[in-house]
Amino acid sequence: MTTTTTATTTRPTVATVWLDGCSGCHMSLMDLDERLITLAGLVDILHSPVVDPKEFPQSVDVTLVEGAVSSEEDLHKANVIRAHSKFVIALGDCAVTGNVPAMRNYWDRSDLFDRAYVENAQEPPTAEERKVILPLTVVPPLRPLATPLHEVIKVDLYLPGCPPPADAIWFVLTEFLAGRVPNAMSVSRFGK
Amino acid sequence: MSAVTSTTQSITLTIDDKAISCRSGETILQVARENNIDIPTLCYLEGLTVWGGCRLCMVEIAASPKLHAACATECTEGMTVRTTSPRLKQYRKMIVEMLFAERNHVCSVCVSNGHCELQNMATKLEIDHVRFPYRFPHLAVDNSHDYMRLDHNRCILCLRCVRVCGEIEGAHTKDVKGRGVLSAIIHDLDEPWGDSQTCTGCGKCVNVCPTGALTHRGTAVGEMTKKTEFLPYLTLMREVKL
Repeated sequence: MTTTTTATTTRPTVATVWLDGCSGCHMSLMDLDERLITLAGLVDILHSPVVDPKEFPQSVDVTLVEGAVSSEEDLHKANVIRAHSKFVIALGDCAVTGNVPAMRNYWDRSDLFDRAYVENAQEPPTAEERKVILPLTVVPPLRPLATPLHEVIKVDLYLPGCPPPADAIWFVLTEFLAGRVPNAMSVSRFGK
Repeated sequence: MSAVTSTTQSITLTIDDKAISCRSGETILQVARENNIDIPTLCYLEGLTVWGGCRLCMVEIAASPKLHAACATECTEGMTVRTTSPRLKQYRKMIVEMLFAERNHVCSVCVSNGHCELQNMATKLEIDHVRFPYRFPHLAVDNSHDYMRLDHNRCILCLRCVRVCGEIEGAHTKDVKGRGVLSAIIHDLDEPWGDSQTCTGCGKCVNVCPTGALTHRGTAVGEMTKKTEFLPYLTLMREVKL
């Protein structure tokens, strides 16, 4: 892709982002198999867990976002994505509904931390140890609720599915590249 | 409520520009379905009394400013009914979105994934996301019964289970407590299902439940399928006996 520098300016640009999800949607993207080669000839993938650049680019035509918005970092990324993307696609049930990451919302965060880091510890941690083991520093803080993407930024297209089948991702991308707004519900559904 | 009496008359009406005749006492929903006109429903189930709770079957009737539940409205002479319109579609989408937002319907990890009437309704109405903020309530799962389970997270309060338990099985184990968003299915006087003295364990409630709220235990994701074909037969047999 790096050799076609002249085409880079004219070809549509794509980014994919992995927020609070299991990466299954990106696995489904990988399941495009040989169509990935076709895709590489049609678009420039500027940013993704599967390509090198770490910073989100200045301008992207279409960004696919996997995962719920769970941490403050996710929220920051969502805002950056919106500011620098012309078209944002919520990819998969976590981005569309909150799905499994949002199942933590039924409990208070402190109860969650106790369950994960205190109750299940072999030895009950001391008060001093609690300050260190609970994920309250260094890692991005959890937001009170894990939410769907559209509760924090404007989303232009929703592709539900857990994960959306590779064929559904292909349909949406190719329709988009053909200048049409695809009907994602014709190829996927919640929980598919 | 079957109105098979000597005064049964023939009625003519129009549904979606189609001239239709039916017997007096028939509801708009019955007549529409007899004529292959699809009206979406969730709480309605042939063989149970009409509840009119889900409001998905709302239709427009000419000269009436309000909407009418097709399942609970009898056809009248000269009636002009419209079963689809941008307004109806919008309301139906809103209703289903609110059902999703009210409780925790996590399709991907639900035992009824792929066999769920709520999920199918979302697909049918082309609901690709829910515009209302999810409530994420903390709800219990009643695992106390030997071979059946009630998961309040998936319940849409269609009350099919309450009706089949009282009307067909005759046990009336199931009922409803609370009001509004706090309403919930209960057994007897709000006891664990497994402790119920009145439940016969017949499992009809599981089979009529449109979602993964009532299921057999020991089912994994997507494994729970329901059978409702028995209902019209059982209802017919009861009427014959009477």
